[in-house]
Amino acid sequence: MKVVITVIGKDKTGIIANVSKTLWENGVNILDISQTIMQEYFAMIMMADISGMEISFDELKKKLGMVGASIEMDIRVQNEKIFKAMHQI
Amino acid sequence: MNQYKKIMETIQMIDREKLDIRTITMGISLLDCCDGDGEKARRKMYEKIVRKAEKLVATGEDIASKYGIPIINKRISVTPISLVAGASADESYVAFAEMMDRAARETGVNFIGGFSALVQKGFSKGDKILIDSIPEALSVTERVCSSVNVGNTHSGINMDAVKLMGDVIKRTAYLTRENDSIGCAKLVVFCNAVEDNPFMAGAFHGTGEADSVINVGVSGPGVVKSALEKVRGESFDQVAETIKKTAFKITRAGQLVAREAAETLGVPFGIVDLSLAPTPDVGDSVARIFEEMGLGAAGTHGTTAALAMLNDAVKKGGIMAAEHVGGLSGAFIPVSEDEGMIEAVRSGALSLDKLEAMTCVCSVGLDMIAIPGDTPSASISGMIADEAAIGMINNKTTAVRVIPVHGKGFGEEAVFGGLLGTAPIMKTNPFSSELFIARGGRIPAPVHSFKN
Repeated sequence: MKVVITVIGKDKTGIIANVSKTLWENGVNILDISQTIMQEYFAMIMMADISGMEISFDELKKKLGMVGASIEMDIRVQNEKIFKAMHQI
Repeated sequence: MNQYKKIMETIQMIDREKLDIRTITMGISLLDCCDGDGEKARRKMYEKIVRKAEKLVATGEDIASKYGIPIINKRISVTPISLVAGASADESYVAFAEMMDRAARETGVNFIGGFSALVQKGFSKGDKILIDSIPEALSVTERVCSSVNVGNTHSGINMDAVKLMGDVIKRTAYLTRENDSIGCAKLVVFCNAVEDNPFMAGAFHGTGEADSVINVGVSGPGVVKSALEKVRGESFDQVAETIKKTAFKITRAGQLVAREAAETLGVPFGIVDLSLAPTPDVGDSVARIFEEMGLGAAGTHGTTAALAMLNDAVKKGGIMAAEHVGGLSGAFIPVSEDEGMIEAVRSGALSLDKLEAMTCVCSVGLDMIAIPGDTPSASISGMIADEAAIGMINNKTTAVRVIPVHGKGFGEEAVFGGLLGTAPIMKTNPFSSELFIARGGRIPAPVHSFKN
């Protein structure tokens, strides 16, 4: 299953390091990374494959939520199908 | 537009513009639960509802988490109770409503619809008993919703039922007077009721439906408003295009959720209801869309045209996005549930008469409107007759959900809380409808040719 992980908040150092460390520890394979500045906010978007993941989807969300809290960024994980459904015919 | 911009657009819609799936509603047939013994019938019904909908709430929550899109309500609709309770020898159906309330609590849904009767042409024994039971049923239950269909395009309007419903609404208002007559907020009088509507309070599971089915209602007035902010000052061609594209995206999210819910629950997918359903939250208002289109307030001259275009463009965009479209599909204009509508009433921009005109071009009718508690039942019946006539002649669903707030008058407000919101009490026409309503009988079905 492919997921989209978005990290939004004030730009700072260590965002990619913190998020990708958690993903690596849990067997999530990062496929692509992009960063943009949206208004005053920094947004990092990751495409990842979670088929080899050792924990459940909810646990991944919880762990990334904790990472988000520690670096004061808003992190969400969503199945990629929602984006495909809304933006592709 | 690259894929990352699209991802951010979706996240912005959910985060800032309140895009959500308004409801996943499971329709459940109770036709196989009839019994001559009311107690046995209720046991069978309770057991079936709880068995079928056992995983509904959990499934809804899982899907919301997986896709990161809120699913606000999980609900149940059942076969009109008048049809299934009619087999019993019971002389009141309040116990059936209590059974529905228990089943709703057990399954964790916030509303269960179907305490209903379809009497467009006449009353069966069950219909009569059910309608008489409505006031008490709505006063002793919390989550039960009731609806009565009093007319349709093919059979005309049952004016005896129209008269009766005026009284039923008044009695319901009195019995729930401690809470600003909230019982009336859970009672809808329809013309041309649809069998697959997922929205409350008018949802019931029609007899033409499968044993159980999943229907989904989408929403997103805030998303439409934000999209229109980008085409300020442009022509209506641009406005219509923008609404269509936005409705397409919203509906695709609904379609995805509906399919997934149906597959997970092992229940057939029914329809997606393409609706713009507002909530009392700021940023989730249909009235604010009118303002974005250039009107000073909802209710001023031009509002009916704005609503007509909005309603049509939402359907055009949504129809291609969903496999099956149904329910009420269009823009809702419930006064108490729309922050912009509430303000428009308070400022005097929006009157009951204008709302009636607006119902000619939108998906439902006079919805969530508080009126003075001393409004005569014949005047309420008159409102129902007017709305039913609009529906009957124009071949569309119309409805009346008015709340004559016991003990309160024009200028005061009724507070229902939660999704039902706050309603400023509106002025009604002081002249009598008494003799008109007292006639009873049926208004014949209209001719479908010579349309002018």
